Amino acid sequence: MWGKLSWAAIPFDQPIPLIASGAVGLVIIGVLAWVTLKGWLPYLWREWITSVDHKRIGIMYVLLAAVMLLRGFSDAIMMRSQQALAFQSPGYLPPEHYDQIFSAHGTIMIFFVAMPFVIGLMNFVVPLQLGIRDVAFPTLNSVGFWLTATGALLVNVSLLVGEFARTGWLPYPPLSELIYSPGVGVDYYLWSLMISGAGTLVAGINLITTVLKLHAPGMTYMRMPMFCWTTLASNLMIVAAFPVLTATLAMLLLDRYLGFHFFTNDGGGNQMMFVNLIWAWGHPEVYILVLPAFGIFSEVVSTFSGKPLFGYRSMVAATMVICILSFTVWLHHFFTMGAGANVNAIFGIASMIIAVPTGVKVFNWLFTMYGGRIVYSTPMLWSIGFIVTFVIGGMTGVLLAVPPADFVLHESLFQVAHFHNVIIGGVLFGAFAGYTYWFPKAFGFRLHEGLGKAAFWCWTVGFYVAFMPLYVLGLMGMTRRMQHYDVAAWHPWLLIAAGGAAIILVGIGLQIAQLAVSIRRRDELRDETGDPWNGRSLEWATPSPPPAFNFAVLPNIKSEDAYWSMKQRALQQTRLGEEPPYADIELPRNSATGFVCAFFATIMGFALIWHIWWMVGVAALGAYATFVVFAWRDVDEYIVPAETVASIDRANRSARSAALARRQVVS
Amino acid sequence: MTTLDQPQQSRLGVPPRAVSHGKSDGPPDRTGPLGRVRSTIARASRRAVLIAPLLLTACQPAVLDPQGPVGLAQKMLLIDSLAIMLAIVVPTIAATFAFAWWFRSSNERARYLPDWDYSGRIELVTWSIPLLVIMLLGGVAWIGSHDLDPAKPLPSNTPPLEVQVVSLDWKWLFIYPSQGVASVNRLVVPAGVPIHFSLTSASVMNVFFVPQLGTMIYTMNGMTTQLNLQADSPGTFLGLSAHYSGDGFPGMHFDVLALPAERFTDWIKTVRNTGPTLDPGSYAALARQSLNIAPFTFRAAEPGLFQQIVTQKLPPGPGPRIGRPNTSVSPRAEE
Repeated sequence: MWGKLSWAAIPFDQPIPLIASGAVGLVIIGVLAWVTLKGWLPYLWREWITSVDHKRIGIMYVLLAAVMLLRGFSDAIMMRSQQALAFQSPGYLPPEHYDQIFSAHGTIMIFFVAMPFVIGLMNFVVPLQLGIRDVAFPTLNSVGFWLTATGALLVNVSLLVGEFARTGWLPYPPLSELIYSPGVGVDYYLWSLMISGAGTLVAGINLITTVLKLHAPGMTYMRMPMFCWTTLASNLMIVAAFPVLTATLAMLLLDRYLGFHFFTNDGGGNQMMFVNLIWAWGHPEVYILVLPAFGIFSEVVSTFSGKPLFGYRSMVAATMVICILSFTVWLHHFFTMGAGANVNAIFGIASMIIAVPTGVKVFNWLFTMYGGRIVYSTPMLWSIGFIVTFVIGGMTGVLLAVPPADFVLHESLFQVAHFHNVIIGGVLFGAFAGYTYWFPKAFGFRLHEGLGKAAFWCWTVGFYVAFMPLYVLGLMGMTRRMQHYDVAAWHPWLLIAAGGAAIILVGIGLQIAQLAVSIRRRDELRDETGDPWNGRSLEWATPSPPPAFNFAVLPNIKSEDAYWSMKQRALQQTRLGEEPPYADIELPRNSATGFVCAFFATIMGFALIWHIWWMVGVAALGAYATFVVFAWRDVDEYIVPAETVASIDRANRSARSAALARRQVVS
Repeated sequence: MTTLDQPQQSRLGVPPRAVSHGKSDGPPDRTGPLGRVRSTIARASRRAVLIAPLLLTACQPAVLDPQGPVGLAQKMLLIDSLAIMLAIVVPTIAATFAFAWWFRSSNERARYLPDWDYSGRIELVTWSIPLLVIMLLGGVAWIGSHDLDPAKPLPSNTPPLEVQVVSLDWKWLFIYPSQGVASVNRLVVPAGVPIHFSLTSASVMNVFFVPQLGTMIYTMNGMTTQLNLQADSPGTFLGLSAHYSGDGFPGMHFDVLALPAERFTDWIKTVRNTGPTLDPGSYAALARQSLNIAPFTFRAAEPGLFQQIVTQKLPPGPGPRIGRPNTSVSPRAEE
């Protein structure tokens, strides 16, 4: 009846997961109770859960990423403290628990923090920057988000029910095969990523279609803001790479569930086929994450320097070159498998070539700052922190691309330090810059600057204190994923690294405080004009927060930095343009399809993990029925009448006129 | 076993395994006075984390303190590549800070160029500098990959010593086919003699790595990899698995003992007199999962055993024992 599931699946003998999941459970119950008592449930259901508005979905993606960042960071703190304690001692985490923690940390940070964070920002910003009303497929967008949330939920259920994978964040066979990992951990991993991977794929299709097919009039490709370009590149890579991930994981599932022999030791399976395939996805994934961050930095550096982006065409070219090259370098993740010298050399050099367009980007940001009037708001601090940190991470990356150097550094803490250097310094700093930069657009008030800057310094200092020792440890021969060790010389460096993690913890605490304080003081932080940073692209032409339809009338684009040139024109003519004729606007209706589909996907994933076959059938049927109901829907749009549009837009225009008048007084 | 009681300390600040989770003939305590000093340092630094880096400046990281030709070449390569890149990275970081500081909005003397967004000459430079660096570094990588190909024999007048390496859950088996003996979790080699390793795995993937000797390489079931290393002078080095392989992974390290050539011959003679023999039966027992195995030796190893493992005539390691409660939900490593 319940497959492998029994009371024995709950780790009653292990206090840490028990207490952790108890605490999480209490928080969830508390939030639900609060929301219910306040009577907010109908509002949440109507305005958020069933919303197909790209802005709402983008915000929910970022919220998911923020919550998962706390989970992933808890894992990080546990790893750092375990390694600080585990010198000639078992520490406080037994191997079977420690191994789950580092596997969960990597999985969560990549798939459920970095991915939803950048996808959320792309979702929120790109239609606004393109001057359009929504993404190409609004309901699909909602489905994509909720499937991602399903994956995150399943990973976290494994904390209490059963176990998570103990194979590392990429489950290399044969360790991940049934014979060496007979538990449910690998199945949790596989089904979570199968489901969330489908969500990511539809998000990718959606955003590509949006960038390629939907533009405001006059928004040609070479007038798109840089962030739209990097979004396009990143999503092209998602659509090319994620099916590879899904297929690879599906093969491993076939091995585990139906006795196939794709990657097994016996029956002619080949483990290196998995390693090749997973990195054929895995390397592009790195650029899927970092390209949108590059886009964010391009926007931020240009805005806060008060200048157009230097070498826009070069930047576009560099982005698209990275997009293609990233598919040609996967073998550098396993130089040490014993391939011939020619193979290693060619992949090593191919990997280095990516440093060329990346270097061009760095120089172009520098020359964007050159001749600027740089305002040091928090997003700009993140950007400068990024440039310095990322240059160092890039350098160690190129070092690892030299095959004989990789032969002594592969799988060491040097490598761990390298990829945290580029993922924290690149992707996460970018995400934080974007979060601070677009927060006023999303909610109508700015984030507290002082706390934001304090958080930036804690993160930056904490990062260097936590990860520079890992470079040293890598050179000392320490490999990753050690639950305990006996080498005295490693110990002090691991203590320093743990101290760095503690500083980052303070940074995260400050970010939470920043959010809380900003919400409390939202009236004094209010963004009245919709353009708090003197922005350059179209999202700043909308009120903060933008109405559901974004633009009352689709803007007519005449140049790059569309909103900047509109403002310049208004300044010259000392008034706004003529009031446009308003018309009714059709918008997509809300739909519960995404949420209901994800509900059934969660049940189905759980049932598959625990071999509860009848439940798999029921859930599959439910998901299919949801799809059929959606497909038979007759009315899929609603009308915003012209009067409503006009009144919202007139309010926006009067705020802009006031701002214009203020600026004329100043100048 | 007297020959093993080398008082020598490794030069890298990595004392050999100090704790034995001993079974049969646990290794003698070789922590030594130097090791005690080091652990005192470690204890002190626990109290004073901030001054720890100063205390440790004397400690040479293993990879930067190579004891053989391969590691030495790799150290040079690391330094060369780093120097080439620092030549561009340091000015870039300096320029970042300089631009960021000079063009701050409060600086009245900085020229504001609100519309300046293109310069063909600068673009040419920004594309060609990284390109030139990468061309140079690509050359280094190409030459280095060929010179330091793990399968390439080392130049030497002495014929190489053959060692066959099998990674098991969770220990290392070293077979000396010409000498007909084998050793677990301790690799003894003659100093100054090139060693040719053939490597495979009994179960899951591992990486064979001796940081002070250089190049690491995968061990994979059903496949053989080749590796050539050499220890230039006698010493004790830390060896470990560099690829996570399951619950017992952190205990999967081994000592590498480089002995003077004649002492190595003595060691072989000693080994031949004691210990069990390695045949398919004792191999099957060894292939079962076990943690933190103290080093021991086999006085004889069946010829061709390594080939039988590689060609899977001997079945792969069995993994967690089936039939224990909850194995299908959350198996535990067996002690």
